[in-house]
Amino acid sequence: MSIIKTENLTHTYSQGTPYERVALRDFNIEIEEGEFVGIIGHTGSGKSTFIQHLNGLLAPTEGKVYIGGEDLWADKNDLRRFRFQVGLVFQYPEYQLFGETVAADIAFGPTNMGLAPEEIERRVREAIRFVGLGPEILEKSPFELSGGQKRRVAIAGVMAMSPRVLVLDEPTAGLDPRGRDTILGEIREYHEEQKNTVLLVSHSMEDIAQHAKKALVIADGRPAMYDTVERIFARTDELTAMGLAVPQISRVFAGLRAACCPVPDNIYTVEGAAAAILNAVKGGADQ
Amino acid sequence: MKKLIETNHISFSYEEETGLPLVLEDLSITIGQGEFVAVLGHNGSGKSTFAKHCNAVLLPRTGTVTVDGMDTKDEDKLFEIRQCAGMVFQNPDNQIVATVVEEDVAFAPENMGVEPAEIRRRVDEALKAVGMYEYRESAPHQLSGGQKQRVAIAGIIAMRPRCILLDEPTAMLDPRGRAEVMRVLRQLNRENNITVVLITHYMEEAAQCDRVIVMDDGRVLMDDIPRRVFSRVAELRQVGLDVPQTTELMTMLKEAGLPVRTDIIDEQECVEALRALLTR
Amino acid sequence: MIRDITIGQYFPGQSAIHRMDPRVKILLSVLYIVMLFVAGNLWGLLLGVLFGFAAYLLSGIPLSMIGKSMRPVVPIVIFTAVLNLFLTSGDVLWQWHFLKITKEGIETAVFMSVRILCLIAGTSLLTYTTSPIALTDGIERLLSPLKKVKLPVHELAMMMTIALRFIPTLIEETDKIMSAQKARGADLESGGVLQRAKALLPILIPLFVSAFRRADELALAMECRCYHGGEGRTRMKQMKLHGRDLVSGLVTAAVFAGVLLLNRYVHLLPTIW
Repeated sequence: MSIIKTENLTHTYSQGTPYERVALRDFNIEIEEGEFVGIIGHTGSGKSTFIQHLNGLLAPTEGKVYIGGEDLWADKNDLRRFRFQVGLVFQYPEYQLFGETVAADIAFGPTNMGLAPEEIERRVREAIRFVGLGPEILEKSPFELSGGQKRRVAIAGVMAMSPRVLVLDEPTAGLDPRGRDTILGEIREYHEEQKNTVLLVSHSMEDIAQHAKKALVIADGRPAMYDTVERIFARTDELTAMGLAVPQISRVFAGLRAACCPVPDNIYTVEGAAAAILNAVKGGADQ
Repeated sequence: MKKLIETNHISFSYEEETGLPLVLEDLSITIGQGEFVAVLGHNGSGKSTFAKHCNAVLLPRTGTVTVDGMDTKDEDKLFEIRQCAGMVFQNPDNQIVATVVEEDVAFAPENMGVEPAEIRRRVDEALKAVGMYEYRESAPHQLSGGQKQRVAIAGIIAMRPRCILLDEPTAMLDPRGRAEVMRVLRQLNRENNITVVLITHYMEEAAQCDRVIVMDDGRVLMDDIPRRVFSRVAELRQVGLDVPQTTELMTMLKEAGLPVRTDIIDEQECVEALRALLTR
Repeated sequence: MIRDITIGQYFPGQSAIHRMDPRVKILLSVLYIVMLFVAGNLWGLLLGVLFGFAAYLLSGIPLSMIGKSMRPVVPIVIFTAVLNLFLTSGDVLWQWHFLKITKEGIETAVFMSVRILCLIAGTSLLTYTTSPIALTDGIERLLSPLKKVKLPVHELAMMMTIALRFIPTLIEETDKIMSAQKARGADLESGGVLQRAKALLPILIPLFVSAFRRADELALAMECRCYHGGEGRTRMKQMKLHGRDLVSGLVTAAVFAGVLLLNRYVHLLPTIW
């Protein structure tokens, strides 16, 4: 069964005012449990609006959102429990830290869930491990940590709710390459260990190519493509026409195919590219 | 080429008392008038601290920094130095002072006491140079990140500087905004002969510059043209940096025994090289 | 949504009112308010309303904005109107037990409501047609004689400009932080006063931290742009009095004189009701 399902989801901001703007229109998507999906789209394509519907922060203007088969808006008073099923990490989440200690901050979500103190404690320790930080950091103030550490603590605060779906909006924005690789690696390990669903919004096609299994391309408030990463990046021309970048290596291979070199069209990582070239060169030499 | 900025064996620490740890250590960098330089390095490598020395925001603990011949320790020259080397910061929201674009661009010349008619001329010129003239009466919060950052650049251009220092100006922007900022910088460099010192994490941006300085632990690790810097894949990885995928691919092919060059940073060049290889 | 707040919102434009000198606009706005309170009868008040309405038409600001600016004060207006309506003594027109409506009550209620609404509409017109910067500039220059008594006029004006600049940014940020904490299950809507106040901490703390960080970065950016206080500073936009400022001043003065005349000679006109 699909964990996320939307039916003709439409969202209009400031409806009935001169500032009216349709952000999502007839948005239909089904995402299976346990997927790692990269979400691609321009600023303003509707991807932020989409993810904020998954935990009920935004209400559909029309259409329905189902999480685990349940209609999110069936009972408004019961909405809050979906916040714990779909954990949402916003951009620059470190700017939302407020706890006196790292432990207190991470415990905010689990406490709101009404868990027992021992369970909260266990969740906090588990979450800090997921983001690769030692337990000694728990008693520090979040404001004395480095930028990268703050970001990881903020992500841990959402992981501690053990959501069935973890949604991250550009979790690596503004980090240096090392910080970016660390965080993405941790998210992937978390996904592999927890077997839950992860949605990763990113502008970096290279990151999505490297970490996600599937990709959802959003354009003009609609899902334009939803497929495996391999098949999505094979559609270099279409993506480029939408004004979206593809990994540099995919562009090189598209260039080679345009120059009539017989190379495969499903290359999106450097490793894959090297293997394909070596294969072709060896194949040529064997003939 | 005329020297514009020169750091002469400088060292620096944020700890006033102990003087440790050193963020910059015996750093000597010379930047010439009209250069387009990228400074790379992981967080804490000292690249931002270096930039802040170039317009007297920070003063070296030992050694000297000169900007267009002026020593940054000379307090009487402070405003001349800041006017000569303007600085753009990472967060576009936190450097725009005024509530109307053109008023913000006028901020620096007003501080400098420029004549009103001349300010008007400079503001219009600066806004045109960054392609934001049509937005001169807009409110900054209505603009996109890339547009705001271009306004911030115009605010510096209006001082008629010789050099713009940019501290990760694209880190908070989307790809479109990043491309806009890079286009503006290249154009200012080429057409107005403005020296650009660009601190960045993005390798594809560094690849577009004329010179790349890689910093690590407060020292210069590499200083060369982009293609030669990026061909040192293993060393860059060591200090936590990326290389363009093209360079990475060519390095892997070379290691597998194929006769290829590893100093390829451009897609088209990479396509040509691979084509030559495949049709051999 | 908190984003719908319109206080201090500026609508760029090229109308005669937009191009008036902000100093003159501020002074005339004050004069207009005085005029509203000087008007002692409905004829005078009507003249004031018409004058305000004409100014709006001239400015090209959509008339719907008048309503929008008034919305926040409507509860206050209704409250005072009801109080005046029932509590003013005089000619009783209608009575039910202890509640009574008098002729004077209706008059005072109408007067107060119209005055408050016109006051809001008038000052809103000032902010709609004057960029916040021009407004603070105008205030700065009007107050500049006070520099002699060591009042930091430039600094105050600069602070006001920056505050205006950062209001939308901080509103957006508050929105974002609220969403983020709600995503972690924060409950901002239920509970008693104390509980709600406590629930605000996860929003207020990050907001303050962020405001300080922004202030710090802004101060550095301003220094890098050669800011060193008001001394030796010039302004791109010079303030010069033009013909239109003189004309608008004369027109307002004439209307004001009209109101005064109406106060005096109202008996020559038919009564409105």
